[in-house]
Formats: sequence, C-alpha cells, structure tokens
Amino acid sequence: MNHLLEVKNLQVSFFTYAGEVQAVRDVSFTLAKGETLAIVGESGSGKSVTSKSIMRLLTQTAKIKQGSIMFEGKDLASLPEKQMQNIRGKDISMIFQDPMTSLNPTMTIGRQITEVLRKHHQMNGSEASRRALELLDQVGIPNPEKRLKQYPHQLSGGMRQRVVIAIALACDPQVLIADEPTTALDVTIQAQILELMKSLQQKFDTSIVLITHDLGVVANMASRVAVMYAGKIVETGSVDELFYQPKHPYTWGLLDSMPKLHEKTEELHAIPGTPPDLADPPIGCPFAARCPYTMDVCYDHMPPYTEHSDTHRAACWLQDSRAPKIDRPQAGGER
Amino acid sequence: MKRYIGVRLIYLVLTLFIITTATFFLMKGLPGTPFDEEKLQQLPTEQRQKIYASYGLDKPVVTQYVNYLGNIVKGDLGTSFFYTGQKVTDIISGRIGPSALIGLQAVLLGLAIGLILGIIAAYRHNTGWDYATMIIAVLGVSVPNFVLAALMQYYMGLKWGWFPVAFWESYSSSILPSVALSVGVVALIARFVRTEMLEVLEQEYITTAKAKGLGFIRIMFQHVIRNSLISVITVLGPIVVNLLTGSLVIENIFGIPGIGSLFVDSIKMNDYSTIMGITIFYSAFYVLVMLVVDLLYGLVDPRIRFASGKE
Repeated sequence: MNHLLEVKNLQVSFFTYAGEVQAVRDVSFTLAKGETLAIVGESGSGKSVTSKSIMRLLTQTAKIKQGSIMFEGKDLASLPEKQMQNIRGKDISMIFQDPMTSLNPTMTIGRQITEVLRKHHQMNGSEASRRALELLDQVGIPNPEKRLKQYPHQLSGGMRQRVVIAIALACDPQVLIADEPTTALDVTIQAQILELMKSLQQKFDTSIVLITHDLGVVANMASRVAVMYAGKIVETGSVDELFYQPKHPYTWGLLDSMPKLHEKTEELHAIPGTPPDLADPPIGCPFAARCPYTMDVCYDHMPPYTEHSDTHRAACWLQDSRAPKIDRPQAGGER
Repeated sequence: MKRYIGVRLIYLVLTLFIITTATFFLMKGLPGTPFDEEKLQQLPTEQRQKIYASYGLDKPVVTQYVNYLGNIVKGDLGTSFFYTGQKVTDIISGRIGPSALIGLQAVLLGLAIGLILGIIAAYRHNTGWDYATMIIAVLGVSVPNFVLAALMQYYMGLKWGWFPVAFWESYSSSILPSVALSVGVVALIARFVRTEMLEVLEQEYITTAKAKGLGFIRIMFQHVIRNSLISVITVLGPIVVNLLTGSLVIENIFGIPGIGSLFVDSIKMNDYSTIMGITIFYSAFYVLVMLVVDLLYGLVDPRIRFASGKE
C-alpha cells in the first residue's frame, strides 16, 4: 500500500434541531507521499468538514457516520481521542483559514510554537525555543528573536499565517491539511504564502491536502484535484486532466466562472441556482437541478463513477455509454 | 506605564473632588440637623449659637465647604456629631476590619467556587452538570442573602452549634457572614465564566490548540481560562468594592460592627462628618479598585496593555 492516507466511503452528518444534515456523503480519496491533493468546491460542499474529519476536529454536533480514514494502519475515524491527540500536530497538522483568529491573542508567538514541541517531542524550554527560532526563520519571518516574544496582534496577517505554518510544521508532519490557507490574505501575500508552502513541501516531502475554492491556487499548487459538490466528490483527476479534459458539467461551470483576462466581456460567468439542501439531499445527481444537460435519469439515480484514466473519474450520467455525446461548450484550455 | 498610572491618579483625585462636592451639598439638603432640634429650641439663643459655632455650622454653607476641603487635604475628616469627640478617621478605621475580613473571604470563596462551577458548566455544556450549576446560580442570585443568613444562623449557629450565631468575638464569627455574602458572588461569577468560556471555546484558536494535539486540561488552562478572565475581571471590580466596604444587611443580621452598619447609622443620625467620611472612603476605594482592574486587564490581555501603556 503506497497511500499515506486513504479515506473511504466517508459519511459525516450534523445533527441539528432541524434534523440531520448530511454534509459529507460517501467521499473517498487517497493521498500519496509528497503529493498535493486539492479539494475544491463552493461553500457548503463539505470540503472543510472532510478535512476536519481527518483531524477529528468536528464539533460535537457532527458525527462520522460511516467510512474509514486509514493512516499508517490506523483508522482515524474510530481512533480513541487520546491516541488521536498523539497524531494531531505531530503526524497530521493543519493550517487554518483566518490567521487573525487562529492564534491565541493572549499568548506569545513563542509559546504557541513551543507548546506543540513540548507536547510531541518532550523538549525542554530552551530546546523548544531554539527550534521555534529555527522554524520562524524557515517560514521567512525576519527578526525571529523579537517575534518570539511578541503577541499575535503585533504581527500582520501574512506574518501570522507564517506563524500558523511554523506551528503546523513544527513536528515535521507527514500530512498537512491547509483549509483555505490564503483566502483571508491580500493577493500579494497569497502568492508568498503559497510559494512558502511549496518550498517547504519540497524540503520536507510533506503531503498536502489543500482545501480551496480558488482554482488559481489549485493550478499553482496541486498535483491532483477532487471537485466536491453537495457532500460528494463529483470529479477527480490530475490537475492537467481536470483543467484540460473536465468531464462533469459542474467542473465545466467552475472553470468557466474563473474570470479570464483575454475575454472582453464585462460579464462574469456564474453557475445559475444554488446547491441542494443537505438536510434533504436529492436521491439522484445533486447537480441535476442546476445542470444545463439534465436528463430524466439524473433526478432519480446517483450516477456511478466512470473511469477516464487511472486517476481521472467523474460521476455524471453524460459519461454513460447510453447518453448523448455532449462536449464542453467553448472548450477551455487557455491555461 | 508609569505615566499611565500617573494620569489615572490625577483623574482619581478629580473624581474624588467631584464626589465630595456633590455629596456635601446633597447632604446639606437633607431635612433636619445632627441635633435634636426640639430640645435645641429650648436652649437660649446664645447657647444655640455656640453649639452651632463649635461645629462650624454657623458659617455660610460655602465657607463650610471650603473649610471641609481644606481639612481633607490635611487628612482630617472632622469629628463625628454622634460619637462625640471621636475623629471620623478613627471611627472608620475601627470599623473597617470586620467588614474587610468578611468581604475578602466572601470574594475569595465566591470567586473560587464560582470559577469551578462555571468551568464545569461550560465544559459539560447542555448536560445535567450544566443545568445543575445554572440552577445553583439562579438560586444564588434570587434567594436574598438575609434569608440564607437567617437559615444559617438557625441551623449552623443555634441548632448544631458549629459557629457563633452573631456578634464579633473571634475569627469564627466571620465564617457565617462570609458564606452568606459569597453565595451571590458564586452565582454571578459562575454565570459569567460559563458564558464567556462557551464563547472562547468557539474561537478558532481553540481549534488550533486542539489541532496541536493538546489535551483537554492544557487547552483549558493555557488557552480558555485566561481568555475568559477578561470579562470576569470586569464584574469582579464592583463586587470587591461592595463586599469589602461592608454589607449593611448582613452586618445588621449578624450584629457585626462594620462599615455598612456605621453608614446606615450615620445617615439616620444626620452625622454629617461621618456620612462624608464614609462616602469619600468608599469612592476612593472604588476608584482605586477600578484602576487595579484596568491594570489587571493589561496583565491578562496584551492587546490592552500595548494600547494603553506605550512608554
């Protein structure tokens, strides 16, 4: 088995007063050593819930209903909390979306970094400080000695995200889950942070699960992509396959909604409609209601995956041999 | 930082000046005088004048006020009208001990139990633990402390004889009143800590702490509690002042010679100088505690420290 992480048939639901909300519905994917898997999708598609499930950081109202998350022979979906604590921050760690809120405002940067070192490497104070200094240096923070003693509010957003990355990388994790790591940052800072993540990944051979809704980030960072919609992975493939031979109409929509420089129109493309209510998910294809190519079968039956290569799969009835041949309108490929 | 404290101390003096002035003139507006007017009327005018003059009451109110301020600056709060010949400063310092001891014990006890209950309630949110603590909190706020005091006097004092029923005789006399006073504090603090902790637990940085693999205890003590303390300090300030300066109800029930009962007595007797003295003492204490509270904020929350304490 060469997969570092293997998520199989994952189902996660939130149990609310209004009833069960099926946030993640039968999601499977794998992650190999050193690769970057991007999970893309719009808000509410279940991408963040999927990533939090791997870390078992879901809120109390959420439950992993079914499925397994295999990591080094252990099933994280059912691992006792105590053992999970030994994995979090050490083997698998996480970078969060908003560096403004993801650092403790009343604790120095230094302590927030050394904390994780003391927990997992049983370092003493001075060892941990030395390592923290080294980490701050690695993530490109000037004046690390001074920064160690400062509080988060004294750092800019980009600097804070570097600190968050330093914390995540402190124990050389095998898997790094980055949940929209650049969404809250300025565009210029975004590029810097992405570059930093890339260079650190190459240096330490870390595997990254990158959660994002920004296809530009995907093209820049990922080797493979999984497109999520309404709690399901509707299409997955290598970056090239997904950008140049997308098979699912939802992926087409996503790609078309990226603004393009060479187009003269002022208008932005959008996918009409809204995602289905996951408290009462449709039995057929979740995208059927918004899809311009819907057939009768789409409403009643969830399409199975069709394989287009070893890595490329899509769940769409258009790919069925009985379906009419429909090509992607004004085929992309300008990238 | 020093500058900040300096500025605050100037404000403190200014506040006290305003309070003193307001109280002085308001008190002069009270009906009656410190004397038994009916008996005073029977005295010859000359003697009456003499009595007024000996207390400085024959002069215009403004002159009295200026004289009074002058004395305060010298640390003299005047002599009592009721406790003839005794200095107000002596009376207050003689009465502050019991009040301060009871108040301090009530605050510490209330804070300790309130914190524990609040933490339990927040951690076991929406469970039996949570509901039980909140019922205690509601009872603590809604049951008047004199009811509780009376019950404790009857059972723990009279029936079982654990503690003295009343009066100020030994240290054990302070226990029942302290406990009776602390119940309200427990309730208030527990509610505050619970609400605040629930909010902190929702914060992103708690998820970050969990993602580091930290256990519950570490997350609680290193991340949650400190961030929850900010609002607790806010409510604690007025509580400390209220309790340390004496509770009239509790002091009356337990027959304790504290500031609270002194204050009530002095108002009843129109004892001008004592009323003024206690008011000034109370205000000064309040403003000082507020200064301490603000400094504590800075200690707990670095964002406040750097905003106010640029050196």
